Amino acid sequence: MMQTTRIVNVSRRSLVLGMGAGGLVLAVGLPPRGRSQEAPVEFGADAMPNGWRDDPNVFVSIDEDGIVTVTVHRAEMGQGVRTSIAMVVADELEADWDRVRVTQAPGDELRYGNQDTDGSRSLRHFFDPMRRAGASARTMLELAAANAWDVPVAEVRAEGHVVRHASSDRTMSFGELASAAAVLPVPDRDGLRLKDPASFRYIGKSDIGLVDNDDITRGTTTYGIDVRRDGMLYAVIARPPVIGGRVASVDDRAALQVAGVERIVRLDPPAIPAEFQPLGGVAVIARNTWAAIKGREALVIEWDDGPHGGYSSEDYKAELEAAVRTSDGKLILNRGDVETALAEAPTRVVAEYYIPHLAQAPMEPPAAVADVRDGSCEVWACVQAPQVTRLRLAEQMELPEEDVTVNVTLLGGGFGRKSKPDFVLEAAMLSREMGIPVKLTWTREDDLHHSYYHTVSVERLEAGLDDAGKAVAWLHRTAAPTIGSIFAPDPKEKLPFELGMGLTNMPLDIPNVRAENPQAPAHVRIGWYRSVSNIPHAFAIQSFIAELAEAAGRDPRDYLLEVIGPARLIDPSEIGDVWNYGENPDRYPIDTGRLRKVTETVAEAIGWGREMPSGRGLGLAAHYSFVSHVAVATEVEVVDGQVRIPRVEIAIDCGAHVNPDRIRSQMEGAVIMGVGQALTTEITFHDGRAQQGNFDSYLIPRMEIAPRDMNVHLVNSGGYDMPLGGVGEPGLPPVVPAITNAIFAATGQRIRRLPVADQLRS
Amino acid sequence: MITLTVNGREHSFDGDPEMPLLWYLRDELGLTGTKFGCGMAQCGACMIHLDSYATFACITPISMAEGSEVSTIEGLTENGDHPVQVAWRDLNVSQCGYCQAGQIMQAAALVDSTPDLTDEDIDMVMSANLCRCGTYPRIRAAIKQAAQARAE
Ligand code: FES
Ligand code: FES
Repeated sequence: MMQTTRIVNVSRRSLVLGMGAGGLVLAVGLPPRGRSQEAPVEFGADAMPNGWRDDPNVFVSIDEDGIVTVTVHRAEMGQGVRTSIAMVVADELEADWDRVRVTQAPGDELRYGNQDTDGSRSLRHFFDPMRRAGASARTMLELAAANAWDVPVAEVRAEGHVVRHASSDRTMSFGELASAAAVLPVPDRDGLRLKDPASFRYIGKSDIGLVDNDDITRGTTTYGIDVRRDGMLYAVIARPPVIGGRVASVDDRAALQVAGVERIVRLDPPAIPAEFQPLGGVAVIARNTWAAIKGREALVIEWDDGPHGGYSSEDYKAELEAAVRTSDGKLILNRGDVETALAEAPTRVVAEYYIPHLAQAPMEPPAAVADVRDGSCEVWACVQAPQVTRLRLAEQMELPEEDVTVNVTLLGGGFGRKSKPDFVLEAAMLSREMGIPVKLTWTREDDLHHSYYHTVSVERLEAGLDDAGKAVAWLHRTAAPTIGSIFAPDPKEKLPFELGMGLTNMPLDIPNVRAENPQAPAHVRIGWYRSVSNIPHAFAIQSFIAELAEAAGRDPRDYLLEVIGPARLIDPSEIGDVWNYGENPDRYPIDTGRLRKVTETVAEAIGWGREMPSGRGLGLAAHYSFVSHVAVATEVEVVDGQVRIPRVEIAIDCGAHVNPDRIRSQMEGAVIMGVGQALTTEITFHDGRAQQGNFDSYLIPRMEIAPRDMNVHLVNSGGYDMPLGGVGEPGLPPVVPAITNAIFAATGQRIRRLPVADQLRS
Repeated sequence: MITLTVNGREHSFDGDPEMPLLWYLRDELGLTGTKFGCGMAQCGACMIHLDSYATFACITPISMAEGSEVSTIEGLTENGDHPVQVAWRDLNVSQCGYCQAGQIMQAAALVDSTPDLTDEDIDMVMSANLCRCGTYPRIRAAIKQAAQARAE
């Protein structure tokens, strides 16, 4: 029974061409299709791989008891998408919310449209298609009723789960009409009557309970880690601690003696760049998770670390600092004449900011169940990107895509980690080897040691102020390893989408602006982490603006508003960002009026300018990301070097609101995550190895540090005429600088290195 | 042979006595409501009641539960109507929900055992439970609502 085997990564595709091969990178990484070519330009959902669908037959079903089932094709990871999409469909359908259920779509983009749940796009891209799906289904029910009564369809109206013929006072329920409606043709998109927003029952309302509330509070939900299949075995993997490393030797005799261990399997490392390929290592397959973990502890492995075994965070920080102190970097923005303006400025200010690696650390670590046998592959997994998961499985298993099924479970948090299906591929490789279902679980140590880490950055800013203290020159150098490094061999410059996250699209009212991107090689897997490059950019820029205010002897709020400048609409491509989160700049311009408004809202809410007791201070920051405008104001108290954050005000203008309660909860969560990033959260490397392995050293915030007084302001500047902005990510970037700016106000100490940790202890 | 009661049902187990209750519940009994988050008493995702005390299942060997009553989120109430569960739904506390079984088990023990809860009590006890989604403000509010309901 017990034996050791060895399997190799079969996938050896050219990953240089992998940029966009699975759609995922294209989706987040490149300018909208056609921009640089002759083809017509596409934006938004149109530009996403496999676009959108609005077919009611795909998304809505109604049974004869009248139960409406909405199929949600986007992954639920806490943003509330299952509830929000169901609200949209149910509203247009005129369904009674209590009779609406939700089912989760498997990965199948030809059927459902794009399913990559990242980039704060689900409602932004699917509000309109889901409205149409609901409205089409409603129209079909009305037509079925009109046919049954032999009256003109214009005389009937669906309302509250029935269709009514007012003049004859007849009604038929949705359940009675369901089968007749189902065989009717789908109405033409163009003639479709959408509801007047004034009559929305659910959209925009704050009192809608989450569709998963009952299961969550009773423990009956199924996340990836919870899936069980008959005859299933349990696996954990010992992976090379350094990216690009491999097993030099393994002694598995003791591991095979552990009760419950069934087999040890060697996995070869992937070719570099690894994209989403598993890291290789040694898998232990056992009759339960505990036995697998114990078996892994008993393995004696020597690792060959490969080229990144020397990676150390302290040394790398020095490398990045050296890089931003030269002018060798790639020129990415150049407006006016920064050199002359700096030379002539009576006041010059320079600051460098360091933002460390982070790990997403979703509360549910990566986990998946796979069943690969008899020429088919079925997985159950907590994936943000089911379609790319399916594609990579098909390649890895050498099966046609039709024979690969990706069942999407609930995600116990994602934050970008679960956009990468490496863990699902691992489960599939092991199941194929065993010929039975295998559940692969990542322990917390696995998660923190082998993440796709948030990048590490040094941002150097230099500004020239005129006699009045106004900023007239701005030079920004940014150095950070790129996410592109998981897709291409050793790129060293940031991609346009990374720069477009709060750097090249900064609406600065400054005449001379220059930005450069010195090179920075990657030594670990770099990946998306909630709000991505906005994290370092917002921290540096919003800190620096406060530093300029200080240098100019001005109030930081007034100065921030002055740098944002007067209310105006900016086409991001005109200031140097061709990406604009994939959206049409005409529909989604940067609106400095909205940015000012959220800033003024939080400043007023926190009582900006009031007298503060000693050791207390207020801080402010504003940031535009994911086509939403957000500002944060904090009140901070520092006692004996210890930071408390008693109060936070956060305002978002994300256009039209679908589910205000979930917008609020995303802002609350962003504040908490930002508190951690400001104060404690950091991954460091030594000898190529992540130094934090669990929550005793990777310090994400606990309740004791959560602000007691937190208020979310939803600033809506135009109702349903406004296109929707992102919600899941844009709350986070301004939180950290708002905190560190408040720390400066409280203590006079400027935080230029994150996290604060013990920097304030004397 | 270890015998114990889980959610009112008797079980016996003759495997590794060191196996943490967490894995016994999840893998052997199929009670997956109890979650794994860290395996070292750092996150509270695995919180259960052992003889009605909130306990980290991930560091409690099954041998320690010999003769004990274990209750998990699935067995907290029959109908999901513990005041804590009700408050959690009323306030839409959950985001991803993954930590919430542990939060609810911790909060239920707190609310059931402490009559006049202060903000400090809540922060101190609930700081054993991590939530990466950042639901702490609503957890605080829900516990207060549940405590109120308990008192009435
Ligand atoms: S899994 Fe037990 S405390 Fe984290
Ligand atoms: S709700 Fe997601 S970890 Fe708490």
